[in-house]
Amino acid sequence: MDNFVLEGSAKTPSVDFNADKGVLELRGRSIPENSIEFYKPLNEWIENYGKSPQGETVVDVRLEYFNTSSSKCILDLFKQLENLNGSGTNIKVNWYFEEDDEDMEEAGEDYQAIINLPFNMIEVEEI
Amino acid sequence: MANIYDLYKTMESNKVMLSFKGRVTSDLLMSVLQIMETKLVAEDESPKIRKKIYNVLVECLQNLYHHIDKDKEVKSEVIDEQSAIFMIAKDGTQYSIMTGNYMHNSDVDKLESKLKLINSMDKDELKQYYKTVLADGQRSDKGTAGLGMIDIARKSGQKLEYHFLPIDNDSTFFSLNVKIA
Repeated sequence: MDNFVLEGSAKTPSVDFNADKGVLELRGRSIPENSIEFYKPLNEWIENYGKSPQGETVVDVRLEYFNTSSSKCILDLFKQLENLNGSGTNIKVNWYFEEDDEDMEEAGEDYQAIINLPFNMIEVEEI
Repeated sequence: MANIYDLYKTMESNKVMLSFKGRVTSDLLMSVLQIMETKLVAEDESPKIRKKIYNVLVECLQNLYHHIDKDKEVKSEVIDEQSAIFMIAKDGTQYSIMTGNYMHNSDVDKLESKLKLINSMDKDELKQYYKTVLADGQRSDKGTAGLGMIDIARKSGQKLEYHFLPIDNDSTFFSLNVKIA
C-alpha cells in the first residue's frame, strides 16, 4: 500500500506513515481550529494499513504541542491502533517530549492511562 | 484626540504587550501567535514558559474563534456581538492573557458552573477531570471537545479569574483573565 507523507505547516504536524517499515510518525505542532478535517485521512490510512500490517508497528509521536481540538483526534488514533493491536501486529508507542516539558510529559501519561498500548516515554533535548 | 493618549496610558500602566479588538479570524489567530512567539524569544523566556504561554494563548484565541456565533444575525448597530477583545500583559515575571467576548445569556449558567468546578479543583483533580472529559468521546460539530478551559487551568496552574457582565435580554459580556508565572 502507499505510504502517507504530509509536510508540516504552521498549524499542522508533519506526517510520515510508512507501511513497509511499519513506522507511523507525527512531528511538530498540531493546532488547527478544527482538527477533525486534518486527522480524518490519517484514520483512513490506518484502517487500510490494518488489513495487512507489519508484524511490529511503531508509533513515534514527536509533538511540540497540540491544542485540545487535536487531543481528541489523537485519542481516536490511539483507539484505532488499540483495536489493531494483537491482530496481526504488535503496536508500541514512543511518546517523545523535550527536557523540562512537564506539560507534554503529562499529556503522554494521560493517553497512557486511557489507552491499552505499551507507551515508552522518551525525554529528548529537542524535538 | 486625547482619548488615544488615555488608551495608551491605560495600556502602558497595565504593561500590555499586545492587544486586539475586533473579529477573531483564522488568519488573525496565526499572525498573533507568530508575533507572540517572536516577542517571547526577545523577552528571553525559557522554552518551558514560552510553550506554556503559547499553549494557553492558542486555547484562549480558539475559544474566541469558536464561541462567537458567526451565523447569528447582527441585530444591533451599536454592538457588534461577533467582536471580541484580547490582551497579553507582562508584569514582572507574570504573564496575563485576558479575553472578552459576548455570549448568549442562555449559555452563561453552563459556563459559570464549569468555571466554578474547575476553580474548586487542585492539580490532580484537574488532571483526572481532563482525562474523564477526553475519554468520554463527546465532541461538537465545530470539533471542540469541552477541554479548553480545563487545559487552560492546568497549564496556568493558577485559579481562573472571570466575570459575567449582563448587557441586555440576549447578551452577556464574558471576561477571562489567565495568569501564567
